[in-house]
Amino acid sequence: MATENPRPKLTQSSTSLMASNDELVKYYSQMLLIRRFEERVGQLYGMGLIGGFLHLYVGQEAVVVGVENAISRQDPMITSYRCHGHMLARGEEIGKILLELAGKASGSSKGKGGSMHMFSPENGFYGGHGIVGAQVPIGTGIALSLKYRRLSNVCFTFFGDGAANQGQVYESYNMAALWNLPIVYIIENNQYGMGTSTARAAAQTEFFRHGEGLGIPGIQCDGMNVLAVRDSALEAASFVRAGNGPMIVEMNTYRYRGHSISDPAKYRPKEEVKEVRETRDPITQLEQLISERGILKAENLKEIDQKIRLDVRNAAELAQEAEQPATSELYTDVSATRATPNG
Amino acid sequence: MVDISVRQALNEAMAEEMRRDDDVFLMGEEVGEYDGAYKVTQGLLSEFGPRRVIDTPITESGFAGVGVGAAFMGLKPIVEFMTFNFALQAMDHLINSAAKTRYMSGGRVTCPIVFRGPNGSAARVAAQHSQDFSSWFAQVPGLKVLAPYSASDAKGLLKAAIRDPDPVIFLENELLYGKIFKLEKEITEPEAIGVAKVLHPGSDATIISFSRGVEWSLEAASTLEQSGTSCEVIDLRSLRPLDMKTIVKSVKKTNRLLVVDEGWPSMSIAAEIAFRVQDEAFDYLDAPIMRVTSEEVPLPYAANLEEMALPSEIKIINAIESMR
Repeated sequence: MATENPRPKLTQSSTSLMASNDELVKYYSQMLLIRRFEERVGQLYGMGLIGGFLHLYVGQEAVVVGVENAISRQDPMITSYRCHGHMLARGEEIGKILLELAGKASGSSKGKGGSMHMFSPENGFYGGHGIVGAQVPIGTGIALSLKYRRLSNVCFTFFGDGAANQGQVYESYNMAALWNLPIVYIIENNQYGMGTSTARAAAQTEFFRHGEGLGIPGIQCDGMNVLAVRDSALEAASFVRAGNGPMIVEMNTYRYRGHSISDPAKYRPKEEVKEVRETRDPITQLEQLISERGILKAENLKEIDQKIRLDVRNAAELAQEAEQPATSELYTDVSATRATPNG
Repeated sequence: MVDISVRQALNEAMAEEMRRDDDVFLMGEEVGEYDGAYKVTQGLLSEFGPRRVIDTPITESGFAGVGVGAAFMGLKPIVEFMTFNFALQAMDHLINSAAKTRYMSGGRVTCPIVFRGPNGSAARVAAQHSQDFSSWFAQVPGLKVLAPYSASDAKGLLKAAIRDPDPVIFLENELLYGKIFKLEKEITEPEAIGVAKVLHPGSDATIISFSRGVEWSLEAASTLEQSGTSCEVIDLRSLRPLDMKTIVKSVKKTNRLLVVDEGWPSMSIAAEIAFRVQDEAFDYLDAPIMRVTSEEVPLPYAANLEEMALPSEIKIINAIESMR
């Protein structure tokens, strides 16, 4: 069965895990912002200020923060509906995201997209897609546009372990390998596709190996360690930028909350969540490293946390008070020319 | 006067737009080395090369999504479906990814893309390869849907579709590809989207159709004229947006309306036009609106049954005569 593979086979990431003091504090602050943001958003949902579906990123913060710190804003990113963390990491204003969640006129999508449909193209973020797996061919098309325009950038396409089983993911892998496209597929393996564990959904649960038959190298990475994530992303980006075609990076991560806000997560024991939180939490790990190295004292870390909490709280208050979209907005943005009630 | 086939018109539209704008590229099954499954893309690979004429694997969902991603980045892909029957594999990207992103992003991300290929019945290929999806697409906000009949419209409207800043579903018809039209002058500019055209003026009844239905309608109008019934034939050209102004103006003149729609009758283009005409011109109607459509069956293979299932000149003539 083995076919000649012109591309190097990589199965595990060889990471250096080096970071300056400033970098560690930066990653810590970025991850903490996502954590506090999502916690606040969960509360706002409970208060009825956010509607619809809501998928929180709590637990997975190291993935997007690690990748973001390995690439530039000219390297596009795209993901699923679990997208608040990506919006924050790419640099969209906290306020714009909260306004969108609250369905307000000055939200990132003018209040027309909500939690699952957020975009920040100025920062190289192309959504925020609600259909499981649909962002994978779209990201592959973004990569095609980079190659078409002869740019040296790489598209980072994120999806979960659930989406990894979609047929269009295989279709995308095939085209990306066939056409040598500049794309890194980041599989955020948070162990459950909604309520179904990876073992119950995938015949091959080592998702980084799903491209093997097509000659796409894959690596596995501890997705709870922001430095390991960053280094894997760097390694993948440099492999792809060198013109070698696509690469798959599987980030082993974990979501602390349910699939969505309405999911009580009865399909997994509470002890499992507790154990991950206590032993692998990405923010706690970094906090320990910062303390061990004597970069910041506990009180300084607390100050960072308080500042973030305050920023998020203030933005949330502004979002609550802000105006809903004007009724005249109903028919705008359907097409470039204004739509009418008769289409 | 120039003779040109619909196939050649479509080919010229793509070639001219690709010469004009490097952001325009073509992708699909067999569009390059094979020169097009129906030869619509003949010669494009040799002129533009493999960067801009991309042969895809048979992977409709995947390459439709790839087209959408490229369009998000400002390229202007022309995605060919070998036939629209295969677009069903890609429906999620047409509806959820292409049509809705401008709205869901508050205008921050747009999708200037054309999905084109033959739609409607072909000859004797049976149910899975012979059906009209016009009403499926025409129902969706965020899409524009064009279904030309003539070679000049095939060219002018395809040029307009390629330059349009939003996703356009461009429905061709396999059985019209080889049809030759005489052009008064060469088409060099895009045709306006959303404007119907009166092809045959008349005073006793209005026949509205699109794509291949226009051919049957013109034949019927010509036969009816010999027996003294004057029919006005309107080619819709654009199904979304729909040019109600031209339709209503004609109905106010003729007071009778027949819609010829190759789709199935339930929830069809014909049904929508009938609703809108009664809404806008109820008092002008002297007879109930009628329609000639396909029968409510999967298209059969047997020649006699296939003929029975589709609209035809004779069915149109019978319908018009029953309205008198």
